[in-house]
Amino acid sequence: MSNTSTKFIQSSLGKKLLMGLTGLFLISFLIVHCLLNSFIFLNDGGILFNEGAQFMANNPIIRIMEIVLFFGLIAHALQALVLTLQNNKARPVKYTVKDGKANSKWYSRSMGILGSLLLLFLVVHLSHFWIDTKAAQFDGTIAEHNTYLEMIEVFHNPINVAVYLLGILALAYHLLHGFPSAFQTMGWNHPKYNGLIKKTGTLFSIIVPLIFAAMPVAIFLGWIK
Amino acid sequence: MSGHMNLTLKIWRQKSDKEKGKLVTYPVQNISPDMSFLEMFDVLNEQLITKGDEPIAFDHDCREGICGMCSMYINGRPHGPKRGVTTCQLHMRSFKDGDTIVVEPWRAAAFPVIKDLTVDRSAFDRVIAKGGFISVNTGNAQDANNIPIPKTDADAAFEAAACIGCGACVATCKNSSAMLFVSAKVSQLALLPQGRVEATARVKNMVAQMDEEGFGNCSNTGACEVECPKGISLENIALMNREFFVANIK
Ligand code: SF4
Ligand code: FES
Repeated sequence: MSNTSTKFIQSSLGKKLLMGLTGLFLISFLIVHCLLNSFIFLNDGGILFNEGAQFMANNPIIRIMEIVLFFGLIAHALQALVLTLQNNKARPVKYTVKDGKANSKWYSRSMGILGSLLLLFLVVHLSHFWIDTKAAQFDGTIAEHNTYLEMIEVFHNPINVAVYLLGILALAYHLLHGFPSAFQTMGWNHPKYNGLIKKTGTLFSIIVPLIFAAMPVAIFLGWIK
Repeated sequence: MSGHMNLTLKIWRQKSDKEKGKLVTYPVQNISPDMSFLEMFDVLNEQLITKGDEPIAFDHDCREGICGMCSMYINGRPHGPKRGVTTCQLHMRSFKDGDTIVVEPWRAAAFPVIKDLTVDRSAFDRVIAKGGFISVNTGNAQDANNIPIPKTDADAAFEAAACIGCGACVATCKNSSAMLFVSAKVSQLALLPQGRVEATARVKNMVAQMDEEGFGNCSNTGACEVECPKGISLENIALMNREFFVANIK
């Protein structure tokens, strides 16, 4: 049997692996993001939270990781677009009747839509916080930059709170499929560990979004000042 | 007759790959609950022929769940509402009097419609031709104990070998992906020492052909596993993912 195949990354399986790995990388970022932001729950007027933000803004490793993260996100989104276009082409005539719920979860079938929502949310989110921080970094006022106050201000607006809650909801469902899916793509499927992966994935997809959601809610309700 | 049913069938009619198809409504009367779904089609076709109409083209062969020919997308699911059965094994008792049943062909770019409900699944054959075999000189069968194989591997290979190539996995997948089928074939051979020899080239070639045929990309919705009449597990897909990765870093 001679080998007639093309390059790994051009194959359907290679592209899928890139989706899974970039997805897991983005998940690892979520953990850091969630932990650092949780400093606001100390309710200390943002002292520790701002120290965390300053550390992130000044640490060179974090600065490099920010660029890696950006590319990871772009790769994840672009690859998803390529795969989705190919998948649409793979069924040119659609079914008149299709009973999707009989065999799969709605969020598993809606990863593209959920991902697009997340991307939109991300644009809003970055325009709220990231752009200002970047500007402060460039004009040298980063030491006075108060991300905490910025957060309090943004989340006093009920529309912003609603947008964030919706974005976080999309994140939760995106993770609910994406987390275990990444492991399947890496070939980690064993009856002994599947339960653990699924449970960890479900817990992660609930707990992390809940912590994130608690931030705008707590600020809006005035629990954090 | 008691227990017999009157049904409304909406069946996809399409003259050829080139022409557009549409759903056509056919009322059928007096259907016995003990008939198979295909037998009901036989009754309907008899009626159509008697009236001088064109009978509905549909694939079937063994009518006992082993050949994988009877592809029909019934009320939005491949092989109908029951788990673990092919259309030929689906009985009319799974429906009730007065039901409307929509029947469509498998829909995928890689499975073009030949006529009505029949589709061309030779894409699967071409994938198999790329490596779904072992190259050995034939001769006398070896003594069974010459090659010891762990029981768990033998069982897993046996379960993967149960795939009948029906294409329900492709038909139901939102991406028309053929991963479950191809992975069943890859696993079946990768798990056994006879298949290991060519495992690297096999997985690469079969995946390349799968992509070439225009099947979509797997997104792990798991729909295939639920609809597969032979219960082929997603573990096979994970195994193929591993095999493919390892084959490519070698
Ligand atoms: S994996 Fe299952 S659904 Fe797919 S072709 Fe084989 S038997 Fe049919
Ligand atoms: S006709 Fe052979 S499996 Fe249904």
